[in-house]
Amino acid sequence: MSTINIKEPSVVIREKRLGTINAFTGTASEIVEKSAKGELKDCKRKFSQCLGCNQQQAFCQLAMIRDAAVINHAPIGCSGEFADFNFTYRVEQARRKLPPELGRYFSTNITEKDTVFGAAKKLEETIKLAYDRVHPNAIFVTTSCASGIIGEDIEAVVDKASEELGIPVVTCNCEGFRSKIWTTGFDAAYHTVLRGIVKPAEKKTNKINIINFWGSHVFDEIIERFGYEAQYIVPFSTVEQLKHASEAAATIHICPSLSTYMGAGLNQLHGVPEVLVPPAYGVAGTDRWLRALGKVLGKEDIAEEIIKEGHEKYVPEIEKLKEKFKGKRAYVTAGAAHGQALITLLNELGFEVVGAAVFHHDPVYDSGDDKLDILGQAVKNYGDVPDYRVCNKQACELVNALNRIKPDFILARHGGMTLWGAKFGIPSLLIGDEQFGIGYQGALNYARRIEDTLDSIEFIKNYSKHASNPYTKWWLEQDPGYFQGDGSGRGCAR
Amino acid sequence: MGQTIEQPRFTCALGSCQSVVAIKKGVPILHSGPGCGVQVERLIGQGEGYAGGSTMPCTNAEEADVVFGGEKKLRNVIENSFKVIDGDLYVVITGCTAAITGDDVAAVVGEFQNDDKPIVYVEEGGFKSNNYASHSRLVKAIIDQYVDKFNEDREVIPKLVNVFANIPYQDPFWNGNLEQLKRILMGIGLKVNILFGNESEGVSEWKTIPQAQFNLFVGSWAGLDIVKHLKRKYGTPYLHFPYSPIGAKETSKFLREVGEFAGLDKDEVEAYVDREEKKFYTHIDKMASFMLEFRYGIPRRFYSIADTSYTLGFSKFLLNELGIIPGIQFIVDDVPEKYQESILEEFSKISDLQTRTVQVVFDPDAGLAQQKILEDAKDYSDKRLLILGSSWDKHIADELHADLLIISVPVQHRLVMNCGYLGYEGGLRAIEDIYDRVLATYR
Repeated sequence: MSTINIKEPSVVIREKRLGTINAFTGTASEIVEKSAKGELKDCKRKFSQCLGCNQQQAFCQLAMIRDAAVINHAPIGCSGEFADFNFTYRVEQARRKLPPELGRYFSTNITEKDTVFGAAKKLEETIKLAYDRVHPNAIFVTTSCASGIIGEDIEAVVDKASEELGIPVVTCNCEGFRSKIWTTGFDAAYHTVLRGIVKPAEKKTNKINIINFWGSHVFDEIIERFGYEAQYIVPFSTVEQLKHASEAAATIHICPSLSTYMGAGLNQLHGVPEVLVPPAYGVAGTDRWLRALGKVLGKEDIAEEIIKEGHEKYVPEIEKLKEKFKGKRAYVTAGAAHGQALITLLNELGFEVVGAAVFHHDPVYDSGDDKLDILGQAVKNYGDVPDYRVCNKQACELVNALNRIKPDFILARHGGMTLWGAKFGIPSLLIGDEQFGIGYQGALNYARRIEDTLDSIEFIKNYSKHASNPYTKWWLEQDPGYFQGDGSGRGCAR
Repeated sequence: MGQTIEQPRFTCALGSCQSVVAIKKGVPILHSGPGCGVQVERLIGQGEGYAGGSTMPCTNAEEADVVFGGEKKLRNVIENSFKVIDGDLYVVITGCTAAITGDDVAAVVGEFQNDDKPIVYVEEGGFKSNNYASHSRLVKAIIDQYVDKFNEDREVIPKLVNVFANIPYQDPFWNGNLEQLKRILMGIGLKVNILFGNESEGVSEWKTIPQAQFNLFVGSWAGLDIVKHLKRKYGTPYLHFPYSPIGAKETSKFLREVGEFAGLDKDEVEAYVDREEKKFYTHIDKMASFMLEFRYGIPRRFYSIADTSYTLGFSKFLLNELGIIPGIQFIVDDVPEKYQESILEEFSKISDLQTRTVQVVFDPDAGLAQQKILEDAKDYSDKRLLILGSSWDKHIADELHADLLIISVPVQHRLVMNCGYLGYEGGLRAIEDIYDRVLATYR
């Protein structure tokens, strides 16, 4: 059954659509097996720490559409992230040689009075004001806990504004409490784009959609070799480009946790095929990925050419570096699919991946196809990860696990987590750019950065001597999964 | 109040969690949606601190909590916060979800308070106010629900002063500023409860709040409630110095007022002021030739997009110590109307020598402020301009070829450790930073 329904204003939350969970303690093979059998059960926690919500994930996808404005229909605190994304937006403009522009983001600044008398009028006025100030080609309205609980008919407001202004004004329902899975926010943003912006294809083009954050354009060259053009969406697209995303020849996932909904949506609504293969991490992973892409595009020969060249150019140096990593124990902490991709990459580079604290787990993606199961393939190709936990970004669980496992190296992809490696004196690396590790070049990029990180231990060791640790001795003596479910310390594996 | 804001430069009531982080071994516990802590940290946080950011306990409200209430969850999270996080003081702060569903937070926290746990609560709700207002409620809650418990047989400790100034983290230089304030107040002979940051003893210091000889509030309006509250509660008199004293002229004025209010020996105060002023002006004297003679242009006019305390403080400082003339001052801390008149009056007094009219705009919509600066700057194309603002203002500063000194959140284009602009040393630091930015633009 399709999980995509753009007739509804709100996306169906991920836990309902995909059975996504955010707590698990066990091994990687266990979670893979239980996912396949549909046996995973989520559980509550008796202690929790600040997480992150839907709205932030939704905003990150909408905030860098180059000719749109975003309105956050919320109290002022929910726009704390505006400045952060504006910074990213501007830094990335420079990297793309685009002229400097401000991110145009507005808060309706919901106050107590509005929770009593309604905030719809305020939203109307803010839409008008944003339009007058920016003259955007689309306006997105993100919702909040407060606007959600007030429960006004926001659809009526945006529909009216859309008609009056002659541009799409589209809601993105991403109230923080709506979903326990913060990545539902990505789905909410894509639902908004699919519903309000993307038009039925008028023709087919040679563009290939790459659903990503704002990573480097590593796909340009590869895609060009196949005779196609890489089209990075959604950040840094224009509204016009997004309208025509339906006309692309295929969609590539760099991280299915991010793009599951958009990829499936473009496929199911507009017939854009998805390249269903784990993203190109590691040498063997890149081989597989190129072959799958070649197959979708009917150009298997070109795939083989690129594979041959890639092996010649990059593999010898990677092999040399692998020697240095042999026998080293690595730990990964990251979002779901990307974390799994990093497990693959570290395995390939010769590390023993002894543990992972991954933020959530999607047992299946919106395509319904298991060919995107990165972890399943990692386990099959490289063996099990003995301590695989779904930690919902709970720092206390990570800290506890690290304290037990004491790995030689930590690879992270999210702020607030990398820090803990350093506090324990463990060399830790955070790479923000998801595309940094893609392809043969990416494997080498990582290998070099890891080598640097392992080398610069002076700082880490010195810092760890002076680092504060707010966690009690009691906590560090419990099992990391202590607060998951019934408190047995085995989380939700049993 | 309460209208559309482009480019917000403060956060919601929940932002007071950062004031807890600013207390040594303070642990905020949010009873809120899952994203609230991140939003606050992203705008005003400067890293995690001891138990902020992703360490901060939070009930992470979900749909069921909104429908059925979240008291049970809150009880669990509080109980386990004591077990997991080693803190001296725990503060529960509620967000929009708990405020709308009406959880009885007082009752839940009360259970722990009855057990003599060091815990207090503040019922907020992000929509109820912003963090300028909620900071006062947080401090009052700590005093009323915790500090007051230790207030039996209190005796006033002579020369002890509680200092309340800019809001921690909302003022990016809060820590450095408090260090400076403590240094100069001790310099004139006071014992200082600085309460937040590095120079504070932490919770043990808070416990002596009721014993202070007087309270000092250094700032425009956000925080004034605290000292008024303490006067009502303990009868402690307070002195209000209504802006941030930056540089020698204002700091000396500040110290003399404090000295007189505290009944300190006038000669001792004067001796200290004299020593500090001499040091300060030796540096000015040394650099005066640069300021007067530099051939390639230094700023002559400045705009601010900042909060009241800084806008006033910097206007007085830049005019009197550097000769940079105030252009339009955009005050974005959502100043309640009742305070606006006295702020304007303070602006009217910035010069001792002539009547100066400074154009002041009270409006938190900084997007609008930027539009107005771009328009106004057209009349001053012959002058090099300085903008005192935040990282939001990099764009217009570049467009105007103006120098930008970031003194407000969001701060993304500089790193702040112990920098402070208050006091004598802070003034020198401000001069260094302004001309550093100016000179760095030359090839």
